[in-house]
Amino acid sequence: MENTLNTARLEPVWHTNRRIMLLLAALALFLVIFPLFGPNSFYLHLMIMIFMYAVMAQSWNVIAGLSGQISLGHGLFFGIGAYTSSFLFVEYGVTPWIGIFIGMFFSAVIAVLIGIPMLRLSGHYFAIATLLIGISFQLVFQRWEWVGAASGLWIPLTEESSWYALQFHDSKVPYYYVFLAFFIVSYFFVWRLSLSKIGFRLRAVRDDYQAASSLGIDVSKYKIIAYAISAMVMAPMGSLFAQYILIVDPDRMFNLEISILVLLMTVLGGIGNIWGPLIGVAILIPISEYSRIYLGGTGGAVDLIFYGLILMLICIFRPAGLISLFPKHILERKKQR
Amino acid sequence: MTFEIILQAIVSGLLTGLIYALIAAGLSLIFGLMNIVNFAHGEHLMVSMFSSFWLWSLLGLDPLVSIPITILLMALCGVLTHYLLIRYILKAKMLIQICATFGLSIFIRALAQFLWTPDFRTVDNPLLEGRIEAAGVFIGQPQLFASVVCLFAFVLLYLFVTKTETGLALQATAQDREAAEILGIPSDKMFALGWAIGLGCVGVAGGMMTNYFFIFTDVGVNFALFAFVAVALGGFGSIIGCLYAGIIIGLVESLGGLLIDPSFKLLYVFAIYLLVVIYKPQGLFGRY
Repeated sequence: MENTLNTARLEPVWHTNRRIMLLLAALALFLVIFPLFGPNSFYLHLMIMIFMYAVMAQSWNVIAGLSGQISLGHGLFFGIGAYTSSFLFVEYGVTPWIGIFIGMFFSAVIAVLIGIPMLRLSGHYFAIATLLIGISFQLVFQRWEWVGAASGLWIPLTEESSWYALQFHDSKVPYYYVFLAFFIVSYFFVWRLSLSKIGFRLRAVRDDYQAASSLGIDVSKYKIIAYAISAMVMAPMGSLFAQYILIVDPDRMFNLEISILVLLMTVLGGIGNIWGPLIGVAILIPISEYSRIYLGGTGGAVDLIFYGLILMLICIFRPAGLISLFPKHILERKKQR
Repeated sequence: MTFEIILQAIVSGLLTGLIYALIAAGLSLIFGLMNIVNFAHGEHLMVSMFSSFWLWSLLGLDPLVSIPITILLMALCGVLTHYLLIRYILKAKMLIQICATFGLSIFIRALAQFLWTPDFRTVDNPLLEGRIEAAGVFIGQPQLFASVVCLFAFVLLYLFVTKTETGLALQATAQDREAAEILGIPSDKMFALGWAIGLGCVGVAGGMMTNYFFIFTDVGVNFALFAFVAVALGGFGSIIGCLYAGIIIGLVESLGGLLIDPSFKLLYVFAIYLLVVIYKPQGLFGRY
């Protein structure tokens, strides 16, 4: 595909284009000092949602963009993360800081269990399977008494804000920094991953699995690895979001809309490119939060009409996403002389 | 648990299975023809049920009377889907094709919810009502009639695809697009025809179900999921496989609901999907 941007091409940018690096450093610095300007809690909330969805979309980008498999039920791992950390805290008083990692572990295990049979198949069958499995999990959690069935789990409030229980009642600023930290770590991790041997093998599998396998790459193994990593990137966001809203229920945590949004944001920004998800999120989250203010929360699914339309238009006109609108010389390696 | 209850479950599973089969046949036809899975299939079914409902509610046409109109509307809808969306993504990567039809499904469902609200609707006093009893088994007349019509439509579809010249041209296009074009079969027209027939099948099923089923904006979701399962079970692009697969799914759904726990009906069907794709990925009647 000539109009598809490879993450591989981005690599030399870090060596050749100092301006972009400076720009990113300035952006990171701005994000760190942003709360010092005393923004009101709506802007903090907006930023927190941007960080959260940026990581979630990046997680989807790992499985779809790097390894070329479409997952239509990626919200599943969000729910697993949320339920694991909340359940451990509610039942056993385990701090969410540990719960987050246990949630990541469970997500990875589930991803491997799904991946072993499913990722051997052609992409359509995997996409359908993920859709079915995502719905099955919601169905099971709606009926499962042990984790509160349909009413879900209520995370007990601590007396005061506490880093141990990861609850902050008087300000959103600590949440902001927690989400920011996970955002930066996740992006750095995926960036390193895409430049690692695993990353290159995954792209080889995605672009031509027969050629890849003739070079000795175990195709299904690498697809499963990508799926597990993708699940592990997604899970902490579920845990953190549960701490942020302090309630976990199957309709919110296993919502199909999560799976739709991560897909839409990545495709909109640019699938297979590490900055694609961020661009999609930076455009869609403000629109969605503002439309929630002006059109009301559950107002007739107007935002979904809009999302579906964008998704189709992007697929028709810009399959490589909005990032392909940037001038090529910024994103691509300089021609070797 | 008596024999009659089990017999009842088998009969009703068989009847719904025939409807699943026709819906799946529409999906399978499109999938086999152009290797594109229509993720908006359930939404198309929902549209066909609403069109049948509005024809009844606004013009007073009974769903049985308006069936030809519903089929034509859905065929038109299929042609439009092809020319407005699918034609542009034919050469795109599979990833983009999945996203595009998935986007279409989000769009149609959200638009329906916006226009018609998520309320549940029913058709009051349809022409066909009541039930009949045979050997201790009760069968709703509309259900029975719907299944018979779906089976009839299925047979027509099968004869069309395997016996007529146009049907053979469709199959030729499915097998090798370029070779078919060299022989003078316009693939673009064939694709449009495939969409028209595929969604026409959905129109038959939707129109018949309007008689007795609730009509609401999420109605198509489960039917589409079952159709995906049926296509996997029947085998890629196999029309006749859909018939058996649809019946198996209908039986598993109703017997599983009766014997184990009715709230997990969906899971039993999904389990079939997982088993099939793991152990027999080519399906029961697959070509590959």
